[in-house]
Amino acid sequence: MRFSVDGLRDGFVECLPVALGVAGYGVVFGVLARQAGLTTVEAALMSATVLAGAAQLIAIKLWETPIPVVAVLGTAFIVNLRYVLMGAALRPWFSQLSPLKAYGSVFFTADENWALTMGKLKSGSQQGAYLLGSGLAIWSFWVVATVIGAIAGSAIGEPANYGLDFILTAVFIAIAVGLWDGKSSLLPWMAAFAMAVVSAQYLPGRWYILLGGIAGSFVEVIRFGG
Amino acid sequence: MVGEFSLDPFVVAVIVGMGIVTYATKAGGLWLLSRIDVSNRIESGLEMLPGAIIIAILGPELTSGGPAEWGAATIVLVAMWRTENVLFALLSGVAAVLLFRNIV
Repeated sequence: MRFSVDGLRDGFVECLPVALGVAGYGVVFGVLARQAGLTTVEAALMSATVLAGAAQLIAIKLWETPIPVVAVLGTAFIVNLRYVLMGAALRPWFSQLSPLKAYGSVFFTADENWALTMGKLKSGSQQGAYLLGSGLAIWSFWVVATVIGAIAGSAIGEPANYGLDFILTAVFIAIAVGLWDGKSSLLPWMAAFAMAVVSAQYLPGRWYILLGGIAGSFVEVIRFGG
Repeated sequence: MVGEFSLDPFVVAVIVGMGIVTYATKAGGLWLLSRIDVSNRIESGLEMLPGAIIIAILGPELTSGGPAEWGAATIVLVAMWRTENVLFALLSGVAAVLLFRNIV
């Protein structure tokens, strides 16, 4: 495995079109973060240090005063558990890099550039810096888009007047369309939906989110291979 | 009034906490999975989590909404599905919800 400027540059350039798409979500995240009460700098800090779109948008959904810390951190952890698998998939190649390079690079893992990197490595590329390069493209677009969105969000007054109270729901629908994996998603998603609706009815707070998510995952585990 | 550029120490702490939790999952696969074996069954369960959580968020949101929200949700769904363009889908949804709320 090599870890060179060439690999870094290839990753960055080849990821640019994808990063542009990610930036769309970044702008929306910035607007919503501002509406939820974060300052522009705080929103940018979150994008720069967390770099996980779904987890950040869910945090904004949960954000209120006082901040429900356990719910925010717990949901971020659960929704990000898939990264454990993605990191594991990189091991055959990344175990050949120095720990600093390997563990530094994985900070920049996002769904999009991970997929690009895996495709590259599996086709025989020895470019160890590809994940870092493509991740830097995602990271820079994500942070800049957040700032643009947050500044725009500051200028917007009462959200309901512009239908912006609906936008977070719309974002989650858009993400769901992207995550839809054919008919195999149907049963787990129905379980998640039903569990969430019922537990939102009877339980306080935001427990329904975790319970629904776990119910969906559980159904998938049960019927796996069957 | 919170200034646009100020930082609240507690908010920063929560954000850093989110960063640590997220990095732990990203690095965890490199580190932990050299020590334990995850079956395909568990793997597919973990892969299902993000979608299931998103649906769990949407469930009560949509059932507690009205016809305007349901209609707009359908528009977002179709727009996203056909164009795969996030901003277009979101703007269509927002325009639709405004329109429907004024009609219904």
